Amino acid sequence: MNTGTDRVKRGMAEMQKGGVIMDVVNAEQAKIAEEAGAVAVMALERVPSDIRAAGGVARMADPRIVEEVMNAVTIPVMAKARIGHIVEARVLEAMGVDYLDESEVLTPADEEFHLLKSEFTVPFVCGCRDLGEAARRIGEGASMLRTKGEPGTGNIVEAVRHIRKVNAQVRKLVHMNDDEIMTEAKLLGAPFEVLLQIKKEGRLPVVNFAAGGVATPADAALMMELGADGVFVGSGIFKSDNPAKFARAIVEATTHYQDYKLIAELSKELGEPMKGLEISKIAPESRMQERGW
Amino acid sequence: MTKIGVLGLQGAVREHVRSIEENGAEAVVVKWPEQLEDIDGLILPGGESTTMRRLIDRYGFMEPLRQFGESGRPMFGTCAGLILLASDIVGYDEPHLGLMNIKVERNSFGRQKESFEADLSIKDVAENYNAVFIRAPHIVSAGEGTEVLAECDGRIVAARDRHYLGCSFHPELTDDHRIARYFIDMANEAKASLAKA
Repeated sequence: MNTGTDRVKRGMAEMQKGGVIMDVVNAEQAKIAEEAGAVAVMALERVPSDIRAAGGVARMADPRIVEEVMNAVTIPVMAKARIGHIVEARVLEAMGVDYLDESEVLTPADEEFHLLKSEFTVPFVCGCRDLGEAARRIGEGASMLRTKGEPGTGNIVEAVRHIRKVNAQVRKLVHMNDDEIMTEAKLLGAPFEVLLQIKKEGRLPVVNFAAGGVATPADAALMMELGADGVFVGSGIFKSDNPAKFARAIVEATTHYQDYKLIAELSKELGEPMKGLEISKIAPESRMQERGW
Repeated sequence: MTKIGVLGLQGAVREHVRSIEENGAEAVVVKWPEQLEDIDGLILPGGESTTMRRLIDRYGFMEPLRQFGESGRPMFGTCAGLILLASDIVGYDEPHLGLMNIKVERNSFGRQKESFEADLSIKDVAENYNAVFIRAPHIVSAGEGTEVLAECDGRIVAARDRHYLGCSFHPELTDDHRIARYFIDMANEAKASLAKA
């Protein structure tokens, strides 16, 4: 029996496809998420919009919170480690967390190196804004990708930009001649072998979810329409007026993302969604998507 | 041509579609109950069983799925799909569809870091089969008339009860499409005998 193989790690993410992964900060929220049909929960100390508001250094959650969430639900539990923080990642792995997010939402521990994720038994998800970044993370062993978007803003514009960019670059790559790929690798700063594999298979070798700014059922459906395999919702759910109803609506809109009448029904009287942030009002150095490389 | 549906509410739908097509059958992604009418067999894919159950209830799939099974058309559940099919689930008062005469236990090999690949022998399918287990359930006991097809480490991981087939691993995640072949053959046989009846 072999544990921690690429197939087992990537396969875990395949099982999440078409689903919604929700940020939760305690057992009670985790249960609401599971009841609403979330495919997994992300256990955090604070949701991204609160991290943004609090400022200072954001770190791995208190293991007590992670443990509490793991005990509360039977669906998989994810948790975030700081970029490059080997020990936070190992601690979460040792606790039995099902999936780790090497996340720009937390303050990076290393501004130069990301984790060598292939060394871990637990699978990782990482953020990306373009194909170069996606391929570098796959090269390091990420088993799942997500758009970075701009976390905690409730503004979908950056996630849209990122998924369109990655997918356009994949399409371009697939139509290239083999002798053009090394130069593309150089231009993107991407590992050659990963690009070759993407060209051969016609798509990314791991699933790519949407994250960073999903605030409404229509936002979730938009990201599915643009080719996301599933959706992460951070601050959107538990910052809304009626989290249970909101969570169910996001799940259904993700499943039936092209059923516009249904989405209209789901979107009725959901109450106030989280208050959004205009990206240009965030100083470039405060944008979480700029963290990592 | 044989038409095999894949319940498309959530999970590894695309991969099952691929392995059906690799075997020369037609695949249909089933998102609404009406679509069950014109298919010869149905695969319940891997994914999150709690999520699928919520969506099954929401879209009125429960009775149509039970009727589909009771009409004699074959159903194949993989991982989460196996849990949906089972007549008994350890720790739960009620099953989901409850069609297949087996008792299953969820997440019985542990959390994700204990997920694994192993070589199996599957009766009537393959002597050497590389199976991928992800937060997998296992079949605690097979009811009367249920045939055990494969075991791993002393635990039942594949079984057949009449026209119901189930396994706790993910055949759709590898390029070995022999189990899909076996299921398509089941669907063909059922189609022929239902046509005669």
